[in-house]
Amino acid sequence: MHDMTACQRGHTLNRQELAADERREKRQILGLSLPAAAIILILLVIPVGWLFALSFVSNGEIGLANYARMVEYSAYLSIFSTTILVSLFVTLLCIVLGYPVAYLLGQLPPRLATIGLAFVIVPFWTSILVRTYAWLVILQRQGIVNDALIGIGLIDEPLRLAHNLTGTIIGMTHVMLPFLVLPLYATVRNIDGDLMRAANNMGASPARAFRDVFLPLSMPGLIAGSLLVFILCLGFYVTPQILGGGRVIMVSMKIQQNVQTYFDWGAGSALGVVLLLIVFAIFYLVHRLAGLDRIFAR
Amino acid sequence: MSVGPLPIAPYRRLWLYGVVAGVLFFLVAPIFIVIPISFSDSEFLEFPPRGFSFRWYAAYFNDPQWMAATRVSLIAASLTVLFATPLGTAAAYAIHRAQSRWVRSLHVLMLLPQMVPLILIGIGLFYVYIQLGLVNSMLGIVLAHTLLATPFVVVTVLAGLQSFDMTQEKVARSLGASWPVAFFTVTLPQIRLSVVSGGFFAFITSLDEVVIGLFVAGGDNTVLTRRMFLSLRDQIEPTIAAISSLLIVITLAALIAVALFARKAD
Repeated sequence: MHDMTACQRGHTLNRQELAADERREKRQILGLSLPAAAIILILLVIPVGWLFALSFVSNGEIGLANYARMVEYSAYLSIFSTTILVSLFVTLLCIVLGYPVAYLLGQLPPRLATIGLAFVIVPFWTSILVRTYAWLVILQRQGIVNDALIGIGLIDEPLRLAHNLTGTIIGMTHVMLPFLVLPLYATVRNIDGDLMRAANNMGASPARAFRDVFLPLSMPGLIAGSLLVFILCLGFYVTPQILGGGRVIMVSMKIQQNVQTYFDWGAGSALGVVLLLIVFAIFYLVHRLAGLDRIFAR
Repeated sequence: MSVGPLPIAPYRRLWLYGVVAGVLFFLVAPIFIVIPISFSDSEFLEFPPRGFSFRWYAAYFNDPQWMAATRVSLIAASLTVLFATPLGTAAAYAIHRAQSRWVRSLHVLMLLPQMVPLILIGIGLFYVYIQLGLVNSMLGIVLAHTLLATPFVVVTVLAGLQSFDMTQEKVARSLGASWPVAFFTVTLPQIRLSVVSGGFFAFITSLDEVVIGLFVAGGDNTVLTRRMFLSLRDQIEPTIAAISSLLIVITLAALIAVALFARKAD
């Protein structure tokens, strides 16, 4: 009897110790994320929070002057409408070009699909600057496209393809396409092919089976991919700056100009805050519609 | 579950193959146009080039300013790998192991650098660096690049951990190993390829970064991409084709290494 109690007491003690050990270990393991979390907090959250505060300061006074200017001046409105229209158009082009790629690659045997995927992943990781430069070379007055078009007699005079809206859209679409294809492919690959065969067996035409079975199942990937492209377009700087030739002014370019040319931190920050709010609103939408994880499926 | 071709005769979908081939060509064409042009002997950016020469590579390697920028970029990228790889690996392990309500917020926090527009990160860092005297310093560049590269390491290592059987670690623990010992002797050796892949991604991320560099990587610490960007605005000299080709080769080499690791891990 006496032995039993000692043993039981030992058990409880042991259990308490184990629980304490477990808690300690949990804390330690969670603590492993602290350095990375600190870098992000110190170098991203705090600076962006600072910009948020700066956006309410104009000429040394606290107020909404920086935001008021955005509504009052038509120049700002046209920058926002250019940014949104260009982003929408590029997103649409990416869907039109990217969907068939993801659709076909998802049905190919693994080996062939991997080869096809390499054609998407290599550009994805290639420097945006390098790709933008390449398009500048391809689209210039004496570039390949103009040479070819003149060569086959379609045009007499070279077309203006770079340093304008056309060049910007071609370059941006090229940079953004992998961002649509990769999440979409990840979704499409997991669609059960038997569902399509079943639809087919029950008399649906391939087009009908695609519309009623495949398309709805691919929607989460398509939504995630296209909203990601749209968001990245909204804040895009490098490609529109180089291929736009000053004719396409995006929000990001105005932010850079405000800060580096006019040293007007308030105006630049206010633009940035509006951009960020739009981006976060869309991310929230993706989160509700498709799940954030899909965006970062690479 | 079976993925495979639908009962549609291949010839009936020839148009689909055609469209996809066209899009894939569009995706890689620029890369394979820059490389031939870099070997051109002319100052004009003709394609196909009429003569072959190494003059643009010579121009690049003999220009002290290009060389200085390259050195800065390579040092920054190497240091970024040294910072971002352990940081990202530790964070990925924490996210994978910890069953805490903080994990979800932690995961979102790790993705923030890919969610916030770069231009905003750029001016935010510029503002903070001005106060701290870090503008145009190597430390400032490496910290900024580490911020951008860490999420790539986290995602890559997390994928590695997900295909790793954690019961192995539990076995080591039950035999008396503490968690650090179990991690370093059992887990890490088996996920090392995804850690190294994460490191490669960190290297490319740093090497190719442009936007933040435009704000915080000038003066004596001008990075390669900043110099390229600034000279692109004035002229599109073929020297840039040579540098671009080298960057493409570095990226391809890194991706091939990662692909080989992935195959080996299977």
